[in-house]
Amino acid sequence: MKLNLSTLTVSDALAHMASGDFKSIDLVEALGAAIAVRDGELGAYVSVDLAGARAEAEAADRARAAGKAGRLCGIPIAIKDVLNVRGQPCTCASKILDGYVAPYDATAIARLRAEGAVFLGRTNMDEFAMGGSTENSAIKRTRNPRALDRVPGGSSGGSAAAVAGGLALAALGTDTGGSIRQPAAFCGCVGLKPSYGRVSRYGLTAFASSLDQIGPMTRTVRDAALLQEVLSGADPMDATCVETPVPPYAAQLTEDLRGMTLGVPAEYVVEGMDPAVAQAVQHAVERCRDLGARIVEVKLPHTMFAIATYYIIGTAEASANLARFDGVRYGLRATGATDPLDMYKRTRAAGFGPEVKRRIILGTYVLSSGYHDAYYLKAQKVRTLIRRDFEQAFASCDALLTPCTPTPAFRMGEKTQDPLQMYLGDIFTVTANLAGICGLSVPCGVAPGGLPIGLQILGPAMKEENILRVGHAYEVARGDQWLG
Amino acid sequence: MNYRIDIGLEVHVQLKTRSKMFCGCEVRVGAEPNTLVCPVCLGYPGAMPSMNGEAVRLTVRTGLMIGSTIDGFSKFDRKSYFYPDMPKNYQISQYDRPLCDGGAVLIGDGGVAKTVRIRRIHLEEDVAKNTHFAAASGVDFNRAGTPLMEIVTQPDMHSPEEAFAFLLALKQILQYADVSHCNLEEGNIRCDVNCSVRPEGQEALGTKTEHKNLNTFKGVLNALKVESERQIAVLNRGGKILQETRRWDADTGETAAMRSKEDAHDYRYFPEPDLMPVVLAPAEIEAWRAALPEMPAVRRARLVRDYGIPDYDAGVLVADKAVGDYFEAAAKLAPNAKLVSNWMMTEMLRLLGETERDIRTVPITPAALAALVCLTESRTINSNTAKDIFAELFEQGGDPEAIVRQRGLGQVSDASAIGMIVDEAIAENIKVFDDYRNGKVAAAKFIIGQVMKKSKGKADPQLVMKLLDARVAGG
Repeated sequence: MKLNLSTLTVSDALAHMASGDFKSIDLVEALGAAIAVRDGELGAYVSVDLAGARAEAEAADRARAAGKAGRLCGIPIAIKDVLNVRGQPCTCASKILDGYVAPYDATAIARLRAEGAVFLGRTNMDEFAMGGSTENSAIKRTRNPRALDRVPGGSSGGSAAAVAGGLALAALGTDTGGSIRQPAAFCGCVGLKPSYGRVSRYGLTAFASSLDQIGPMTRTVRDAALLQEVLSGADPMDATCVETPVPPYAAQLTEDLRGMTLGVPAEYVVEGMDPAVAQAVQHAVERCRDLGARIVEVKLPHTMFAIATYYIIGTAEASANLARFDGVRYGLRATGATDPLDMYKRTRAAGFGPEVKRRIILGTYVLSSGYHDAYYLKAQKVRTLIRRDFEQAFASCDALLTPCTPTPAFRMGEKTQDPLQMYLGDIFTVTANLAGICGLSVPCGVAPGGLPIGLQILGPAMKEENILRVGHAYEVARGDQWLG
Repeated sequence: MNYRIDIGLEVHVQLKTRSKMFCGCEVRVGAEPNTLVCPVCLGYPGAMPSMNGEAVRLTVRTGLMIGSTIDGFSKFDRKSYFYPDMPKNYQISQYDRPLCDGGAVLIGDGGVAKTVRIRRIHLEEDVAKNTHFAAASGVDFNRAGTPLMEIVTQPDMHSPEEAFAFLLALKQILQYADVSHCNLEEGNIRCDVNCSVRPEGQEALGTKTEHKNLNTFKGVLNALKVESERQIAVLNRGGKILQETRRWDADTGETAAMRSKEDAHDYRYFPEPDLMPVVLAPAEIEAWRAALPEMPAVRRARLVRDYGIPDYDAGVLVADKAVGDYFEAAAKLAPNAKLVSNWMMTEMLRLLGETERDIRTVPITPAALAALVCLTESRTINSNTAKDIFAELFEQGGDPEAIVRQRGLGQVSDASAIGMIVDEAIAENIKVFDDYRNGKVAAAKFIIGQVMKKSKGKADPQLVMKLLDARVAGG
């Protein structure tokens, strides 16, 4: 049987390259061909660096031949365009970073590079990771590979579309309120949002510093575990990155769930939820029970405040984080300005899209003198309550099972005129970011029309091994039935 | 009507660290623009701060010097405003949990001591430096991210002179703590000055104005003189003081309105999410406290006690820590500390003042000064010769004993050698000698002058006098 190189899993590709079936350069050529055929339609990538990828693949092949293969030697990975890769543009899908070339590698990139990964190209996203459909990209539209009239989700929509569409073996995404898990659910791939502090954020263009995390987007849970092992670990360049030892996630995977207690939160059922989603998640819960897990109901009583809390804290931090884009040192600088203030106004008016402006204004407002206590401070208090909800739930279970999104992927343009509806779609994912815990999205079914549905598995902070184990056992039991 | 002036200062002090506050870039003045920079201090996308522990130590050390409370928990906050010298358009500073709370600085020289209370000391990052050219402006980010300590006082100073005295006392403490280079020309110390006036007897403070970023103490003094007089004149006319930021023009000696309260920034402080809070263990704080240097006032008393010098001299010598250090080093090697002090108070400070030099860079070493004192004390050289040698050592350095030996500058104290010269002088001026013998005291001066001339200044004048008197007595 002829292998389709562009749809392999990372672990299969590593095994094949280890036994000499093909080389990294073959993977790069196969993916390059797939991108040439299909990315015009999908729009997953904002830029592809085939020449660079070929050079890296050849270096990886030489390293492997010399017996010096790293843990991801020769694996082509797509990178969300919000991460700094030395010598490459990093647009954040914004016009304001026009012309910017990163002078350094993000720590996550450096770690992948050190293990021999090959950087194929940069994926599309919502501008500055603000959005849930990738429609806020100032660069291009990205389509859902399972249904071309649907959005791929967001903000890591390009990464999800690349992995699900056979245009990369794996990708990096970032998740501030669900931006890895939701597009993974919409496109039918696996997405892991690590615990806050598990992966260094150094080199990730910040949206909301206390919520952002970098994580893998892959075809299988095992692949996510492989990448996560490489990404995890303390970094002197990120003071919020913790020292907790990194377990061998992939080696600890099991095919049963005996001895595990899984919680099902009563609050994760909302009005307007697609019945197919509720049903698929219910089936997944039953399957986990069959695998030996004990299923218990848990309460997360402050869930209803999560969206408001998230949009206050996230926008407050964003309003400061995005202040640096002013035309002084890099990126776009508007012409015709008469003084510095005028230059800022013109540059930012021309460089930022409407959603980014909306969030900067919201964030500026909630931090303003006179409103700070009523919004920002109150939101911080609610955040503490949400964190406590999870601490209490995790006192009696190892992980939680929830839907990842209330509905499958929606149509392109369906919600662009209604930001509030777009925000409400984040209901099941924002809590993990507010609480700093880890979350995994694994495909668990399809809605009518073949639209993928994601099961979200939430775990305690720094317990990625728990959710990876649940996800892997479930995935093996589920089989390949809905995968494209 | 009589008015009371209330002055409060915010003093920004660049700390003496090797690297910047939140990155590894070197802290150095005078490098080519934008050569001491990296993604962090340039505010590049994705860059994150890592805290400089040495800057925390130096700030806490300053607080311990002035009696601040250090509770061991502190955090950083973002202070947002747009300006081209701000790489991120927010400054990482400290809002509600500064490293040091409270404290006090004693001002006044010996006589009337007065306390200026310190409100807080916090740590932040310095901004870049803008330079304005004919058609454009340039930003040099070398300075951006330099650790900057802000010392905020209570409005406890009631005259421009008191504010000036406070700054001198504070600078002295900073030098003693060795936390800053304290070089005003390089902008190591910059002040924001708040000033208000109120009718004598009124409880509440008047409306204040602020002058930002004054970089000389004289500038603070002069701006405060002009501003307090301006405010009093406004009130006397029946006018009102507006809360505003004003600009001091040192060239014209005038202050002018710059920005009113309505235009004031809303800094939108919130906790810096990229940094963990600073938590200091009590044992660590205590270790830092144990390592504190002597305070200047304590040293002054000790110099009087240990070296037997007048209080006034001690006050002058401790004013500059380096001068005090120099004195102590020399005094330990010299037979007579008071003589060392005399040299310091006269020749040394005079030459330092005339040449505008720093005592740490002059060629004359404390050991050389001590040796010079030995040579005068043993009367090997006379005082005029000593002064000449001091001036030479000050410029070129060297060993005074070697200079005296090589040039034969030693005072001749050999009675037989000098006796021969005395006899020669008497023989040549027998009439003058007779006058002296007959009671004309002034005549001796002429004979002694002749002896000094013949000995090329090396004869010990007291010995000459003794020998002359012996000749008179001996007939």
